[in-house]
Amino acid sequence: MSQPAMINRYKWYELIGIYAGILLFLTFVLAPFIEGFLVSLKPLSQLFSSPYRFIPEHGSFDAYRTMWTSVPGFGWYIFNSFLISGSITIIVLILVVPAAYAFARFEFRGAGLLLGAFLAVKMFSGAVLLIPLFRLMRSFGVLNTYFAMIIPGVAFIIPTGIWLLHTYIRRIPRELDEAAYVDGASQLYTLRRVILPIAMPGITVVAISSFIEAYAQQFIYALTFNSKTEYMPLPVGLFAYFGRQEVVWNELMAASFVGIAPALVVIFFLQRYLVSGLTAGAVKQ
Amino acid sequence: MGVQRSTIIFAWVLLFPALLYVTIIVAYPLVDTIILSFTDASLKRVTNWVGFENYGKIFNDTFASVIVRTFIWTFFSVSIKMIIGTLGASMLNAAVPGRALFRVLTMPPWIVPMAIGIFMWGWMYNGQFGMISGLLQRFGIVDSPVAFLAYGSTAFWATIVTDVWIGVPMVTLYMLAAMQAIPQDLYEAAWTDGAGRFYRFRRITLPLLVPSLVTMSMLSLISTFNSFDIIWILTRGGPNGETTTMIIDTYRTAIGSYKYGEGAARAVLICIFLSLFCLAYFRLTSRFSTGAKR
Repeated sequence: MSQPAMINRYKWYELIGIYAGILLFLTFVLAPFIEGFLVSLKPLSQLFSSPYRFIPEHGSFDAYRTMWTSVPGFGWYIFNSFLISGSITIIVLILVVPAAYAFARFEFRGAGLLLGAFLAVKMFSGAVLLIPLFRLMRSFGVLNTYFAMIIPGVAFIIPTGIWLLHTYIRRIPRELDEAAYVDGASQLYTLRRVILPIAMPGITVVAISSFIEAYAQQFIYALTFNSKTEYMPLPVGLFAYFGRQEVVWNELMAASFVGIAPALVVIFFLQRYLVSGLTAGAVKQ
Repeated sequence: MGVQRSTIIFAWVLLFPALLYVTIIVAYPLVDTIILSFTDASLKRVTNWVGFENYGKIFNDTFASVIVRTFIWTFFSVSIKMIIGTLGASMLNAAVPGRALFRVLTMPPWIVPMAIGIFMWGWMYNGQFGMISGLLQRFGIVDSPVAFLAYGSTAFWATIVTDVWIGVPMVTLYMLAAMQAIPQDLYEAAWTDGAGRFYRFRRITLPLLVPSLVTMSMLSLISTFNSFDIIWILTRGGPNGETTTMIIDTYRTAIGSYKYGEGAARAVLICIFLSLFCLAYFRLTSRFSTGAKR
């Protein structure tokens, strides 16, 4: 029984090597956040001075106060970001849950092909379909509304959701469905009362990863399909600010940190779900 | 059997909403792109068929160099992501104290709004006051400030580094999940036979990771090929178009200059490349699964 413990025992130089490697790796991953945070503490005069200083002198949280007046729509941007991501998540769940159940439980002709087609949707996310989507949004009459950002967003999050949830439902024993069927339950009843409650952890994972994806990637549709400041989500709102001739960097960084705080809180509390949700598919049965 | 048929109808009823949605928002625009690419659609009210004119323009334009640049950009970005991600995963896979925390710390670039991460890089690349230039000067590697985004060659690599930064967490966590799926007995058997750590990594971990490496490379390839936000925010394709990739050029043509037809032809070309990647991927994965059966 001591074998697994023995195999994982590292010599001192191996340990040093691993920690040094991890330190280097995490430095790369976290450097922009550390630098961004330090910048948000530095007064402007110190930011624009040579030579470069890493650690702020006379650091203060002033930028976190002044940014509310220099970026007037800031509160709204955050609200919009949440509203857009939240709506996307709800629509994705409504569409994905029944579809994932169908893929997991029924053998019909063309099921594999159709699942592949859903996954292929992912290929066309981003800017590839921008022109026809722009025309489509225009003909729906939703340009410059929240819908112009929600509608395309949903389509490209559906594939991940279906993939995650159908593998989850597949692991629920079929005997449960059959037992319900023998007791005379209808198929819809079985789905609602037997499968859905058991699949709740899986659905939670899909909801969280959909929200995070929607929150992280709202840029190009919001940039192209909406020009009204009051509907802009945070990234586009800050981009307008970023594009100005003289960027007030410490305020921009302060605003960025307040904007990413929700995501960081989510990571902290839900990382267990997140990892399984975001990396599903790495391990294929 | 009657039950069977009603079951199949039920399955299609369940699928219908998602299918309809994706048809309207993805499949129809895809067809529309192809149709548009044969027209001179623009802001004008009249649209004419122009046959292959848009495609002809693409190739005698500067677009050929844009295609080459896109492939080079994508190649380096994906390769570096895969190398750093796999190395990172194998270190995070080591049973050392603190690894749970290290895994969480890997996630932020992936989870926070992409644009915001890019703003931070924008500042770090700043020549006069940015961190990278500042530290390089401090350590005496360069004498004068380097404005990374102001010159073609440095901007090219700067955008790659940022793209790698955004992509690395996903590769790392995905490869980590794949590593943890490898049965522990294999390692124990090899260990009993006296195989060292490096030998075990080379002879057990790496071979078993190949399918996951291929899958991840392909997923990464598709998203990198389409990468828009990073270049648009950092350089808008400049300076002198030296960071203009296909997607940036498409955006500029269609949305910036309102030449929908010409933009659509470029988009079709991107779709063709993407489909080829997918095809290659399916070929490769089917080879793996038949290989596994043998």
